[in-house]
Amino acid sequence: MTVLLRGKIAIAGTGNTRRWYAPGRSAFEQLAEASVLALEDCGLGLKDVDALYCAHSTSGLPVLNIAERLGLGPRLRHADGTMVGGASFLFHLRSAMSALAAGQCDVALVCYGSNQASAGGKLVPMPDPQPYEEPYGARYPLSSYALAAARHMHEYGTTREHLAHVALAARQWSKLNPDARERGDLSLDEVLSARMISDPLTKADSCLVTDGGAAVVLTRADMARDLKRMPVHVLGTGIAVSHRQIAAMPDLARSAAHQSGAAALQAAGVSLTDIDHVMVYDAFTICTLLFLEDLGFCAKGEGGPFVASGAISPGGSLPVNTNGGGLSCNHPGMYGLFTLIESVEQLRGTAGARQIEGAKISLAHANGGVLSSQATAILGTPDTV
Amino acid sequence: MTDPRFDGPGPDAAWEDLLGQGVFAVQFCGNCGIAQFPPGVVCRHCGGTDLVFQAASGEGTVYSTTTVRSREGGRNVAVVQLAEGPRMMSRVEGDPETVTIGLAVVARISGDETPVVVFDRKEQA
Repeated sequence: MTVLLRGKIAIAGTGNTRRWYAPGRSAFEQLAEASVLALEDCGLGLKDVDALYCAHSTSGLPVLNIAERLGLGPRLRHADGTMVGGASFLFHLRSAMSALAAGQCDVALVCYGSNQASAGGKLVPMPDPQPYEEPYGARYPLSSYALAAARHMHEYGTTREHLAHVALAARQWSKLNPDARERGDLSLDEVLSARMISDPLTKADSCLVTDGGAAVVLTRADMARDLKRMPVHVLGTGIAVSHRQIAAMPDLARSAAHQSGAAALQAAGVSLTDIDHVMVYDAFTICTLLFLEDLGFCAKGEGGPFVASGAISPGGSLPVNTNGGGLSCNHPGMYGLFTLIESVEQLRGTAGARQIEGAKISLAHANGGVLSSQATAILGTPDTV
Repeated sequence: MTDPRFDGPGPDAAWEDLLGQGVFAVQFCGNCGIAQFPPGVVCRHCGGTDLVFQAASGEGTVYSTTTVRSREGGRNVAVVQLAEGPRMMSRVEGDPETVTIGLAVVARISGDETPVVVFDRKEQA
């Protein structure tokens, strides 16, 4: 069914506050600013928005809070507050596509904001008690990813050096991005000697803790064509829901990205070799390895050697996480929307020193919970439709 | 009129009650025979509702493991594959540095006021 939607919906505008540490600015204020920026980007305004998609780390009623704060309520014709962690915004993308295609709305706003760094400096977990995990004192979410990494090492011989190369590649890219939060030199030794938090993952294997706000505006392609910016078309999407608690993950060394990725490729009618640019949600270094393998960019279990070969670094065969990723650019709690925004930058050709020349098709992949939800979107320039 | 299949305490409360009596139980499905943990109202394998608690053998194998570091030192967190099939998060007692994937372990109920299922190494049990 989604194949019918190929290219029919476009990202018309994007907004990114680039405020990674903004004391005195609330999560909703970050979100509101990003929303204004995204609408201005494509020449629209809040008065044009008739569909709202959002998830929030600290609110169980995000649609209500945000509709009120942005004054959207009276005009809303469609809304979705699906909360599956950091992948939520790509679930929202899929939901918005259906609503737009069905004529249930015309201008959809997907938005997010967080102040987790300036408000306390720690990732703020959702109130979502897990009584069968809680007694054992695992660090949430880090220990869950550590358990996946340990299993991946056991099954495939992945090493801490392999994981470290993910962090190094991210830093090489962030050095080319003036908006990235961390741009300093980083050596293999520094990554390997970073403080161990939950074996085998160290602080250097973990994403940043930042503030931030992001938004994208979606319309049908015919409308997007007449707006200010070059439309970036959604060629295909796929989602997968796997588990809530890490012990319930069917295979700790294989994520459900293989499902969401295959669905997105099929809907887009493209193959992996058509993809010029890749964004994968790197909450921890192990995520990049898992998703590159499970999406099919390298053989299962070969993610470590693939990344250590320099393949995903600047100048490599597959540009991945060109903004610096969650590891070096920004990570305001739920990062998923930022994968889409960097894909749009690359397809518009506006990524500056990190621009991938001639990029026409980009794959953005987001993860939520503890490898729990997976969502993949394939985006293309107008001539790919 | 309620549906008698679902009468009585829910599976979470029933499991906790058994644990308080010193029994570490898993559910078996009367329809497909699969064991599951954590307990639930339905069989996550076949959708059946005829679920019965039985004492687990306690036998298990470490499926994955991590040492959680803090100023007080390291503590183990493991995912244990139970002999009956399901996996659960738990802790292997003893030196966390020597817990490895594949280690054979045996369940024990630890703690009086709030009992929890932990695991000992089989060769030491």
